[in-house]
Amino acid sequence: MSKILVIAEHLDGTLNGATARVVSAASAVGAEAIDVLVLGDAPDAVAAEAAKIEGVSRVLTVTRAENAHMLAATAAPQIAKAAEGYSHVFGPSTTTGKDLMPRVAALLGVAQVSDVMTVESSHVFTRPIYAGNAIVTVEAPADQTVVATIRSASWKAAASGDSAAPVEALELDAELPTHTRFVQLKQDKSDRPDLQSAPRVISGGRGVGSKENFDVIYKLADKMNAAVGASRAAVDAGYVPNDMQVGQTGKIIAPELYMAFGISGAIQHLTGIKDAGTIVAINKDADAPIFEIADIGLVGDLFKIIPEIEAALG
Amino acid sequence: MKILVGYKRVVDYNVRVQVKPDGSGVATDGVKLSANPFDDIALEEALRLREKGVAEEIVIVGIGPADLTAHLRNGLAMGANRAIHVTTDGAPQPLTAARTFLKLIEKESPDLVILGKQAIDDDANQTGQMLAALWGRPQATFASELAIADGKATVTREVDAGLETIEAELPAVVTTDLRLNEPRFIKLPDIMKAKSKPIDVIEFDSLGVDSGDHLKTTNYAPPPKRSKGEMVEDAAGLVAALKQKGLL
Repeated sequence: MSKILVIAEHLDGTLNGATARVVSAASAVGAEAIDVLVLGDAPDAVAAEAAKIEGVSRVLTVTRAENAHMLAATAAPQIAKAAEGYSHVFGPSTTTGKDLMPRVAALLGVAQVSDVMTVESSHVFTRPIYAGNAIVTVEAPADQTVVATIRSASWKAAASGDSAAPVEALELDAELPTHTRFVQLKQDKSDRPDLQSAPRVISGGRGVGSKENFDVIYKLADKMNAAVGASRAAVDAGYVPNDMQVGQTGKIIAPELYMAFGISGAIQHLTGIKDAGTIVAINKDADAPIFEIADIGLVGDLFKIIPEIEAALG
Repeated sequence: MKILVGYKRVVDYNVRVQVKPDGSGVATDGVKLSANPFDDIALEEALRLREKGVAEEIVIVGIGPADLTAHLRNGLAMGANRAIHVTTDGAPQPLTAARTFLKLIEKESPDLVILGKQAIDDDANQTGQMLAALWGRPQATFASELAIADGKATVTREVDAGLETIEAELPAVVTTDLRLNEPRFIKLPDIMKAKSKPIDVIEFDSLGVDSGDHLKTTNYAPPPKRSKGEMVEDAAGLVAALKQKGLL
């Protein structure tokens, strides 16, 4: 039977929603135990949150000053130690997970399965390649620890219940390198819903035209209580910061409603939104590729259409 | 300072890859091949460091079949000093690629290794991190800014939460994100010059690398199709359609 170690992702004392999605994938493996590992300098609050996720057997905490900021170089040796006795080590396909998990895999001398979409059996998974233009079935060897990142958009978050799994402190005898240091994290503080978990996302592309013009996108998003995303073109042009990029190399999202304004729909962008419930495209160009996958399309000038939508919403 | 740059050849990013009907792979016959876009960014960053006087020598590394030479010549034409071609039949998986790089690092002793954050064929996003682990050195992945001074790299990284800055003592592995730079175009005279630049050919088997190709791909499938939806005439029609779907 499988025993799975799930690496919790957290920031500023809050558990990242991707962790509950990883637990879902772990549950799909049919494990006898799913333990969540929380590395931190003060991991208790995050551990308490993780303990409520349904399906979690135990939460293990490692408290060290070096864990104040997640750095792959210091986290990976601890995880590799903690992984002893587990058949699987899962992390989220967030930038943190993508940075960290291959380092864990290499320390364990095993391959990694990136971006798991489905679990076929304990050692067989599907994952996307070529920007999602092909889905491969991959089989990991039965005699090695399976290290994998879980593609958040493919999994629903495991529910949080009232009961709590036990939390246990773990002492790890791992020597940590000092060659890598955290300097700072610049976050764009916003009161809007989080792009990766919001049920509604409004996105703008090159067609929005400027940083100032992006205000119309923000305004509509606020009216609809939606998160705001962008295409690579809009980020490259400096209209919006990088953390809003949706696509192959940006964020892969699966909202119930995705509305794209002035986005032509390069395959690299489409790969980031394919799992959305309903895709709405508004573009001046009737031949824009985004219309090929949109559930609802409207050809026209976004600056004329957005006020009309707002008026119709009342 | 010496910089080692990973320079992989992949199906061009403009090609819409098709899965073969029998599920045995993707159709690559006659498809345009190009440098992995992130690797062009890696090479460009190395060239800029050399132009600033920070680096002296740039070595590009390709792992692949015999016909990789033309691709490596492009990297030399872009400005690399020399190339190493590790010859293999197929494409090694990331762990094998990382172990191969480690062997080359032992020979070359670079101060910095710059790789693309992912190759746009397998989209694995692993090799740089694995190499840093095996080498026991820092990793700075998804770089959008890189500065080298006083024996360390200060790297701004594109992360989900925003922009993170870390310091890494050299030698270190840096992997590139899209906004690190815009790679230059190759000029005709440089293509001529590149013909006389050296390419070391090393057989993979001679390196003594323990293969890490542990994953077996058993099937290739096209992604689930999203069918073309309905077109509406105006904003009112759009709002009505959304209401009908229960989304408003």
